[in-house]
Amino acid sequence: MSELQQLGQILLQSIFAQNLVFIRFLALCSFVGLTANFNSAVGMSWAVTFITVLASAVSFLVYHYLLVPFGLEYLQTISFILTIAVFVQLVEIYLKKAIPSLHRMMGIYLPLIASNCMILAVALLNITEQYNLLEATVFSLGASIGYAIALIIMAGIRERLVYAKIPNLMKGYPLIFITSAFIAIAFMGLQGLGR
Amino acid sequence: MKSLASIFNRGILKENPVFILMLGLCPVLAVSVSVVNAIGMTFAFAFVLTCSELTISSCRKWIPKSIRVPIFILTIASFVTILGLLMKAYFPEIDKALGIFIPLIVVNCIITGRIEAFASRRPVVESLFDALGMSAGFGLAIIAIAAVREILGSGTLLGAQLFSPGFQPALIFILPPGAFLVLGIEIAIVNAILKRNKNRGGQA
Repeated sequence: MSELQQLGQILLQSIFAQNLVFIRFLALCSFVGLTANFNSAVGMSWAVTFITVLASAVSFLVYHYLLVPFGLEYLQTISFILTIAVFVQLVEIYLKKAIPSLHRMMGIYLPLIASNCMILAVALLNITEQYNLLEATVFSLGASIGYAIALIIMAGIRERLVYAKIPNLMKGYPLIFITSAFIAIAFMGLQGLGR
Repeated sequence: MKSLASIFNRGILKENPVFILMLGLCPVLAVSVSVVNAIGMTFAFAFVLTCSELTISSCRKWIPKSIRVPIFILTIASFVTILGLLMKAYFPEIDKALGIFIPLIVVNCIITGRIEAFASRRPVVESLFDALGMSAGFGLAIIAIAAVREILGSGTLLGAQLFSPGFQPALIFILPPGAFLVLGIEIAIVNAILKRNKNRGGQA
C-alpha cells in the first residue's frame, strides 16, 4: 500500500469508523455540555480542531525527542498534560495579540479545552498506535473532524428536540444518550470505510 | 458542619457524579463492557481520587490561589502515573482491558471538580469521606451499567454463564450504541426514583 493510501485510510478511520465520540467514548463532557446551542458547538469544534492538531504534534515531539532519549517514557502522562496546558495558554496569549478576530471566535472555549479529555487521548493514541509525525498529524486532524461532526449533528438534533413532545422522564439527559445510541449505530455502519 | 455520614451518602445518590452531575462519563461508557473491568476501573478511580483529595486537603493552606489549578493537575497526574505502574506490575490483564482510560483519569472531571469544590477548602477527614462517597457513587453507576450490558450483551455475569446455550445474546449491548442506550435509560430511572422521593416529602 502506498504512503498516501495509508494516510487516507487513517483519516477515514479516525473520522467515521473510530469516531472519537460515538465509538471511542471520548470528550463526552463537552459533547453533552456544549451541544444545547448550535453556535457554541461550532465554536468549540473549531477551537478543538486547532488545538488538537498542534498540541498532539508538540506532544509527539516531546515524547520522541525528550522522553525517549532519556528513557523517561513512564512520565508521558504528566509531561503530555503539562505540554497541553502550557500550549493552550500560549495559544490564547498569541491569538489575543496577533489574530483578535480568531480569538473572539474561539476565545471562551480555550480554557475549557485544557480539561477536554480528547486532546490528551489523541496525544496518547498517537504513541500507542506508533504513528510517525505525518501519520500522527493526519490522525489528530481526522479525530477532531470526527469530533466536530458529532457535535454538530447532536446540536442540530437538539435544536429540533426542543419542540418535540417527549415523555417527562426522558427529558434532558436520558434522551440525549438514547439519541446518541442511534447515531452510534449509524456510525458503526461505516465500520468498513477506509479498510 | 455536616456530619461525615451525610458527606459520604451525598455521593451515592443525591449528587451521584455520573447519573446526576453528568461528569466523568468517558470511562463509564467505555469500560462498562464487563463487570470485572468496571470493578477494576472503580478501584483505579477510587485510588486516584482518595490520594489526590487527601494530598490537596492536607496542603490546602500552602497552595497559592493563583496557581492552584496546575498544582491540582500535577498532583492528580503523579498519582495516575503511580497507579499506571502498579496496574502494569500487578494486574496486567485489567490494565490491558482498560487501556488508554487509565492515563485519562488525569482529565476526569469528577476528580478536578471534587478537589476544586471540596478538598481545597475542607479538612482532611471530611475530604476522605467525600472521596470515598464519590468513588462509591461512581462505582455503583459504572457497575450498574456494566451488569446490564454484560448480561444482555454476552449472557454472562462476572464471566459466569447465566443462560442455557440456546440463548442468543444481543450483541448490540456490548457494542458502543448499547452503552449510550443503557446509560440513558438508567439516568431516567434514577431521575424517576429521586422525583418520587421528593413527592413523598422525604429527602431527595
